[in-house]
Amino acid sequence: MWEYTDTVKEHFLNPRNAGEVEDANAVGEVGSMACGDALKLTLKVDDDGRIEDAKFQTFGCASAIASASALTEMLKGKSLKEAEKITNQDIADYLGGLPKEKMHCSVLGRQALESAIASYKGETPKEQEGEIVCECFGVTDREIEKAIRENNLTSVEEVTNYTKAGGGCESCHDAIRQLIARVRDEEAPVQRPRLSNIQKIKMIEETLEREIRPSLQQDGGDIELVDVIGNRVLVASRGACAVCKASELTLTHFVQTKLQEMVWPELVVEEVPK
Amino acid sequence: MKTVYMDNNATTRIAPEVLEVMLPFLTDLYGNPSSAYSFGGRVARNIRESREQAADLLGASPEEIIFTSCGSESDNTAIMSALNTGKDKRHVVSTRVEHPAVKVLCNELTKQGCRVTEIPVDREGRLDMDRYKESLTPDTAIVSMMWANNETGVIFPVEEAAQLAKNRGILFHTDAVQAVGKIPVDLDNSAIDMLSISGHKLHAPKGVGMLYVRKGTKFSPFLIGGHQERGRRGGTENTASIIGLGKACELAARRTEEENTRVKALRDRLEGELLNRIPNSRVNGGHALRLPNTTNISFEFVEGEAILLLMDEFGICASSGSACTSGSLQPSHVLRAMGVPFTMAHGSVRLSLSVYTTDEEVDFVIDKLPPIIAKLRGFSPFWKPQAQACA
Repeated sequence: MWEYTDTVKEHFLNPRNAGEVEDANAVGEVGSMACGDALKLTLKVDDDGRIEDAKFQTFGCASAIASASALTEMLKGKSLKEAEKITNQDIADYLGGLPKEKMHCSVLGRQALESAIASYKGETPKEQEGEIVCECFGVTDREIEKAIRENNLTSVEEVTNYTKAGGGCESCHDAIRQLIARVRDEEAPVQRPRLSNIQKIKMIEETLEREIRPSLQQDGGDIELVDVIGNRVLVASRGACAVCKASELTLTHFVQTKLQEMVWPELVVEEVPK
Repeated sequence: MKTVYMDNNATTRIAPEVLEVMLPFLTDLYGNPSSAYSFGGRVARNIRESREQAADLLGASPEEIIFTSCGSESDNTAIMSALNTGKDKRHVVSTRVEHPAVKVLCNELTKQGCRVTEIPVDREGRLDMDRYKESLTPDTAIVSMMWANNETGVIFPVEEAAQLAKNRGILFHTDAVQAVGKIPVDLDNSAIDMLSISGHKLHAPKGVGMLYVRKGTKFSPFLIGGHQERGRRGGTENTASIIGLGKACELAARRTEEENTRVKALRDRLEGELLNRIPNSRVNGGHALRLPNTTNISFEFVEGEAILLLMDEFGICASSGSACTSGSLQPSHVLRAMGVPFTMAHGSVRLSLSVYTTDEEVDFVIDKLPPIIAKLRGFSPFWKPQAQACA
């Protein structure tokens, strides 16, 4: 059985605000019976845009019920602006945390909230516009991307824990991997500082000295830096390397990989005749 | 709070008689049965008796019994032995509702180049015998088919299936972990070649099981080591547990009748009352031949884990085939194979009784469960009381 916090257990055993707000003007319905959990959130928003009353109906496990109960407690008295900022992590935090496999329960809460706010404004929630990636649980690319961004997810397993996507037939795992890569690319276009030519040459020399020469010398070989033109690194083999048939392989595979890793990813190593 | 244990298909209490015969082997009688001196030799004699008790329960000979560590080891041993001794045969026939000990092994075998056919079941969990017959080929090394399903209690016609396999020269293994002790088993008049048993489902301790291997069946050991179990399973014997399992087999032979009379009556009353008191509920596999101790009931529009946790508040132990309790995101593979609708599958609860179950315990569950379902339905977005009135 899952390990739930006392707060989760308490909200599950004594759910707050179960039911439907009678004269609700914001309604969010997410999930389905096929998926194993569903949440209907009804809100009464007053003229000043403040949430007067919030109630929930849940079909789901203990943590789904507790998440919905917690959400309604968090919402009451908040302005819509404040409510919009609530993330699934906030819901989980309110409960003192959720088992990682159950994080999708908190995501369900956040989705219901978005859907309710959108219905109040007369809009369609963005996530539901996307394309279905996971057929088993009807999860769209937008929902997955949002979960990846907001919770800093890095693996398919995590995406499944948070959104359920990929938890059925598993045929969408590649698509989820691509979504993770796409979001990561967006977030991390960390520009490497451009190197000046002098810096580059200096770093190449240092790397040769520290990382490459010692291992070549062990086999009685050596390497000499001849010139650097743009990203072309011209080197000459010495000693055993100069006569070794495997030296070409050594240079391209070993030296180039090291230099790309330590100095600049686009460096190309070329061997020049002595 | 008193524990009301209704999960005997998960594990069972150790019978007091079993514990009693085990204790000396956990204290004074610690000799190694393989040793030459009489301090060890007498333990070997006790194990021999235990093997006889186990054989008697099955209508087998003692030399056909191999003690193992659990049901899963027995299942793995049987299937791998068939593949290792079956020359180039690379086809395994199984079913869609097997226990993970067989099902996951079959998935692994598929990755290693074996072909596995999983025979489907109908809505009541009954095996598709036509598909079974068609699945047997000259390349089939073994059929592995559970005798009774752990989740629903549905019984497969293993004797008939074993005969069909035998006619075609195919080995037949059955995972009888749930069946033995609950229904009569007689391997003397049977075409079954191998059969798995788990101790802890039979009021013996956890960590002991056994595999029946019919005399003359080609066999290759799974656990390679010493000469124990006549070279068919290496490793020093789990002495106390084996002694316990022998006693449990002796008890089971005597109690099979009680399972099918008193326990069955309790199960039927429990099931009938729950169906009566709780609208929109149904028994999974209810129209099939079933074990006398098991009922698997689905309560529409509510989720199983929530039911279990509310039952737990009263000390009632049961299990569920819902996604949230299966540790995955989908309901149990058994209920899915049966095509149980999602509205029902997520709200399934399995109650499994034993000879230790009392009338009072059954009354207690009949009393406590209906309000639990009503409470959860009270805030389920799918539950409409008026719909129930029409139904």
